[in-house]
Amino acid sequence: MQSETLTLITILGMALVTYVTRAGGFWLMGLVTPSPRTEAWLKQIPGAVLVAIIAPTVLASSLAETLAALATVLVAIRTKNVLIAMVVGVAAVWLLRLILK
Amino acid sequence: MQKANVSERDNFTSEKMTFTLSGALLGAKRTIPLAISGFAIGIVFGVLARQAKLSFIDALLMSGLVYAGASQFVALSLWTAIPFPMTAIILTTFIVNMRHLLMGASLRPWFSKLSPWKVYTSVFFMVDESWALTMSDFAKGGRDAGFLFGSGFILYIAWVSSAVIGRTVGAWIQNPAQWGLDFAFTAVFTALLVGMWKGKSNLLPWAVAAIVAVAAAHWLPGKWYILLGGIAGSIVGAINDAK
Repeated sequence: MQSETLTLITILGMALVTYVTRAGGFWLMGLVTPSPRTEAWLKQIPGAVLVAIIAPTVLASSLAETLAALATVLVAIRTKNVLIAMVVGVAAVWLLRLILK
Repeated sequence: MQKANVSERDNFTSEKMTFTLSGALLGAKRTIPLAISGFAIGIVFGVLARQAKLSFIDALLMSGLVYAGASQFVALSLWTAIPFPMTAIILTTFIVNMRHLLMGASLRPWFSKLSPWKVYTSVFFMVDESWALTMSDFAKGGRDAGFLFGSGFILYIAWVSSAVIGRTVGAWIQNPAQWGLDFAFTAVFTALLVGMWKGKSNLLPWAVAAIVAVAAAHWLPGKWYILLGGIAGSIVGAINDAK
């Protein structure tokens, strides 16, 4: 159990670094122009980070998670709706865990 | 040459920019469907915040002050680690949100003549969705910078109120894993990734990110696999792009 002060400092730290990312791009572009290489790297970050977050669960936990992720991908491609894909993914993992137990 | 064109466009567009209430209302109106989706995902955040043992005040403060969905879900997944990984949470939040730097940079030609307090207030409410809608409005001829604020603000109201409701309703959900709710993070990120897929050029960097993350999750303690996989994958992607 962590202390209230520690969690509060963590949340304020998260808020600060997030605001820096929101204001920093506009601010920096008023000073310098980022190199094409830096720009190319920044563009790659969101996808790579999201892959890294899900990879251990999707690829290295159990068959239920792998199959449910596959169902989520198929629904997301078909509907282009994150919310529907999420609901299907959660329902699929619930069902598959019951079946594959 | 390229630079001269950019600064010409800069002057041209920013001279004509306004920042009005009607622009903000238009932005809010156009964002209503996304705000409904955001509300539903915010409920899930609130429920999972309770599962991760965040206090009511902490959940409210996180949604109200950080206001960045993906990084908040990541923070929840780190929250119960012992010892409490404060540095990892803040660092990962920064890494996950670094994409905002590019979004903010792209506002420069449009917002450069507006007063700083309008710009730096508007960007507090800027999320992927409001930024994308605003850029699409500007591309179609819209010249009211209030659009970004209005779009971001309605999403903010939806996000914070739904977190409060989810955190409260979560009281009646005893074991989210029993209902598959622990998989909600993974499902949301998976669906977001589908939207980010640009073609075969993503294959190598994403494979590298996945392999490094799986290996790091296996060999290293805690959740450092997110940083390591993200950095490895994005560097490979940037090198791949340069070829």
